[in-house]
Amino acid sequence: MSQVPIQFKLNGQDKAEFIDEAATLLSVLRGKVGITSPKAGCEQGTCGTCSVLIDGELRLSCITLAQTCAGASIETVEGMDTDGKLHPLQQAFLDRFAAQCGFCTTGMLMAAKALLDKNPNPTREEVVDAISGNICRCTGYEPIIEAILDATGGSAGSYRRA
Amino acid sequence: MPLAVKTFDQLRDAASALGTDAGARFLGGGTLLMRDINEGDISITTLVRSTDRAFTEIRSSGSRITLGAGVTMSEVAAHPELQYLKPVARTVGGPAIRNMATIGGNLFAFSPYGDFTVAMLALEATVAVQGGYSSRDVPLEEFLATRDRDSKSLVTGVTFRQPDNPTAFHYSKVSRTHPKGASVLSIAAHLPASGNRVSSPRIAYGAMAPTPIRAKAAENALNGKSLDEAGIADALAAATQGCSPASDSIASAWYRNEVLPVYLKRLLLGAPN
Repeated sequence: MSQVPIQFKLNGQDKAEFIDEAATLLSVLRGKVGITSPKAGCEQGTCGTCSVLIDGELRLSCITLAQTCAGASIETVEGMDTDGKLHPLQQAFLDRFAAQCGFCTTGMLMAAKALLDKNPNPTREEVVDAISGNICRCTGYEPIIEAILDATGGSAGSYRRA
Repeated sequence: MPLAVKTFDQLRDAASALGTDAGARFLGGGTLLMRDINEGDISITTLVRSTDRAFTEIRSSGSRITLGAGVTMSEVAAHPELQYLKPVARTVGGPAIRNMATIGGNLFAFSPYGDFTVAMLALEATVAVQGGYSSRDVPLEEFLATRDRDSKSLVTGVTFRQPDNPTAFHYSKVSRTHPKGASVLSIAAHLPASGNRVSSPRIAYGAMAPTPIRAKAAENALNGKSLDEAGIADALAAATQGCSPASDSIASAWYRNEVLPVYLKRLLLGAPN
């Protein structure tokens, strides 16, 4: 398989790699640059645990051809904290016990961040829609929904993009 | 065999590459093709892409609008001229899928998927197909009947006439999980009014046959009638004519045939699901 060069921003840092030309973004993140928060779950675009933000949009890294991300800005959970301080969503997930086995958690955080970055004061219905592509088999979803709503600061709308 | 990727500036060059390589498949949003690759489909040896702007553009001319085949569901949902299609686009997968899944790919989604195509069928869309260096416009109904026999052509866009009155367009998707989920069935209907009667209605179903289909018997029975209990009775009686739904993990064929008239009635009377 031929190797092709690719440059992109990863959590605000410039990256340059040689990758297999047909590699998925998930395999490049996990195998090449050591970013392991996106998980290899179904690899069919169904479970959502590989979710990342590409240029601010939620996408599934397992079915994204990596070379289509040339020049893009990619965000993962590794870039959510600020100087070691957890992102409000991460803190809310902790406070609300929204992670059980944890396999879906990083995808849930990405889906929630995609929502709140564009809509800091979502309704419960909008939160449910935002995580509708992410499967959790432990929590029953309620603690996750509550955590995301908590992170908005309720009606005060204290969510700020990290 | 290693998988190659070929990227072309022009759609016609991508179509030509597809036509000359038996193992080549066109990569749009990736939601269908990449899952096949991840599953180990070794018949695919080359991914063909195009960076042609026409592939991702939405262009309107008078009442007609053309969606490039690479336009995503999210882009449809956000477009000010396409707000009547927003409820359709938003029933395709979750947010990540909607950011990736394209109009062109939806034309190839296997039943019970392909809900956006159901809407396109009710709007009598035509499909722009590029075969090698020549292109042609094909009625969507004809395209769906032959799509599985023509893997060497490239869909570059769909064109349709926008409804004069957007409120004349109706859509209903029945699924077991909300807000997303595969269809038990889906219904799209364009019901233009002439006075208080329906004039030349167009109704399409998803998951009621191997591909989305037009409900022509129901359309004929509804033409010239009013949208009330008495006016829609003949259309409901003819609702399942031409249907051959599958039994799958979502619903049995029997169930689909039983509930279709129920949901068609609700749609025609403007009742909530």
